[in-house]
Amino acid sequence: MENRKISSLTMNEKISNLIKESFGEQAVLSTDFNGLQGIIVVQTNLIAEISLLLRNHPTCYFDYLSCLSGVDLGLEKNQFAVVYHLSSITLGYQIVLKVIIDHPRDTTQLPIVPTVSQVWRTADWHEREAYDLVGIYFQGHPDLRRILCPDDWEGYALRKDYVAAESYGGLKINGEVKTNE
Amino acid sequence: MNNLKTDLSKLKNEEMILNMGPQHPSMHGVLRLELVTDGETVKECIPHIGYLHRCFEKHAEALNYQQIIPFVDRMDYLSSMNNDHVFVMGVEKMLGIDQSIPKRVEYIRVLVCELNRIASHLIAIGTYGMDIGAVTPFFFCFKEREHILNLLEWASGARLLYNYIWIGGLFYDLPVGFEQRCSEFLTQFKPKMRELDELLTNNSIFIGRTQNIGVLPLDVAINYGCSGPMLRGSGINYDLRRIDAYSVYPELDFEIPIGEGKMGTTGDCWDRFDVRVREIAESIKIAEQCIERLTKELKRSPEFDPRARLPKKLIPKAQEFYCRGEMPKGELGYYFIADGKSDKPFRCKARAASFSNLSVLPELAKGAMIADLIAILGSIDIVLGEVDR
Repeated sequence: MENRKISSLTMNEKISNLIKESFGEQAVLSTDFNGLQGIIVVQTNLIAEISLLLRNHPTCYFDYLSCLSGVDLGLEKNQFAVVYHLSSITLGYQIVLKVIIDHPRDTTQLPIVPTVSQVWRTADWHEREAYDLVGIYFQGHPDLRRILCPDDWEGYALRKDYVAAESYGGLKINGEVKTNE
Repeated sequence: MNNLKTDLSKLKNEEMILNMGPQHPSMHGVLRLELVTDGETVKECIPHIGYLHRCFEKHAEALNYQQIIPFVDRMDYLSSMNNDHVFVMGVEKMLGIDQSIPKRVEYIRVLVCELNRIASHLIAIGTYGMDIGAVTPFFFCFKEREHILNLLEWASGARLLYNYIWIGGLFYDLPVGFEQRCSEFLTQFKPKMRELDELLTNNSIFIGRTQNIGVLPLDVAINYGCSGPMLRGSGINYDLRRIDAYSVYPELDFEIPIGEGKMGTTGDCWDRFDVRVREIAESIKIAEQCIERLTKELKRSPEFDPRARLPKKLIPKAQEFYCRGEMPKGELGYYFIADGKSDKPFRCKARAASFSNLSVLPELAKGAMIADLIAILGSIDIVLGEVDR
């Protein structure tokens, strides 16, 4: 068990070094390998290239994108994040990639992240979901529409400053609750 | 408001738009497929989902971890136990108590999960038969599923939405006599599976409807993030119960069935169906081993309290964690962000297996006949409660 921990630590470092070698030192903004899963925060504009590299490179071969989540990092921070959970079926290894975008949270201009849907097709629907619920614009996505909410829904439900809609399509959503008296 | 994605002005003369669903009987719930058809051939298929969207993730941010479990139940309502199990595992791992869960609790969890897996696969098999015209197997499957639901109702008090597996333990110990009745059920169930094989799996009409239909090559399956029987049907031995070896699965003996292309091409509808049928047999094996342990070395005792390890304070350290597990439909994952201050998750994203499995449908449907589209959709085995969350 102890051995496995050491080897996975070096594997995390190997991956982060691989990114640094290919795209320069500044491509990796920070790393956190002390938690349950290794996290590498990378530069936002390089995410598509880094993903392609990690998918094809023989040291890691991350062929499977488990999950892609958009996150609103809180009202006081005014930051958004997109988190990529990669997994390698061949090598049985997992890692977390992350990009963080500063954004003043207005809904007219969304935070922009390059799409990875050409690298893993899983990202296609997952990015649409992140766009729908968190309001992150994925540049280069082939078909960025709302996926879970209706097309004419206003606002992004998973943002921390979201106020629940009062009506939709002319109907009150939470009408007054009347009790029998 | 225009509800179509296709640009009508760009349609060719011979093409027609056909809306399939949301009220179509073989849509397994409320799924709408927008089809561009040329005669009987599907040229393009665009799924429209979200009719059951409840924004589980927003609810989760307002509730503490224990209170989220009933919401998790309602995601894939055909296999609530498995949903709970993965969720609970993730929270326990974050709290650091995953190693101190009593063995009896773990075995009970695996037992009820595998029973639920059998029930879920029985629905998949039964409704799949009905989708393509065989009504009898549906009743066979539902009769057996009813026994499982009765067992689980006996243990938890509910037929479908159990809220039985709790963080750090269980709602209650198994009722007295559960193990015996469960093994009685499994004994009478095994020959029934052979009956079902004769009735459906090896039925030449059924084979004719499913062989070489909806072939999903392995690289496409991986690239689209398919998991579960979808991925294994395409011929890869990938089961998270083995890969991650969570809970007590490493102590149990079971095989992982994969698609071999017995009736045609590897990764066709028949292969996916067959993987589910054979997985039921494996789940029976696991359940029997669990019962054996639960009646011998981990026998019930008056001192055993499944709630003894329930944490008094449910506040994980500030961290993030992605927990994944194998449910009947595939890989279910929860991505938690804990802020270290409250007992509510800062963010809780669910990666639903059916969501990614369904996203491959446009690829499979291209060039298929409309009648085959039903066969393809049925073989994916989606639950819309989980797709829409």
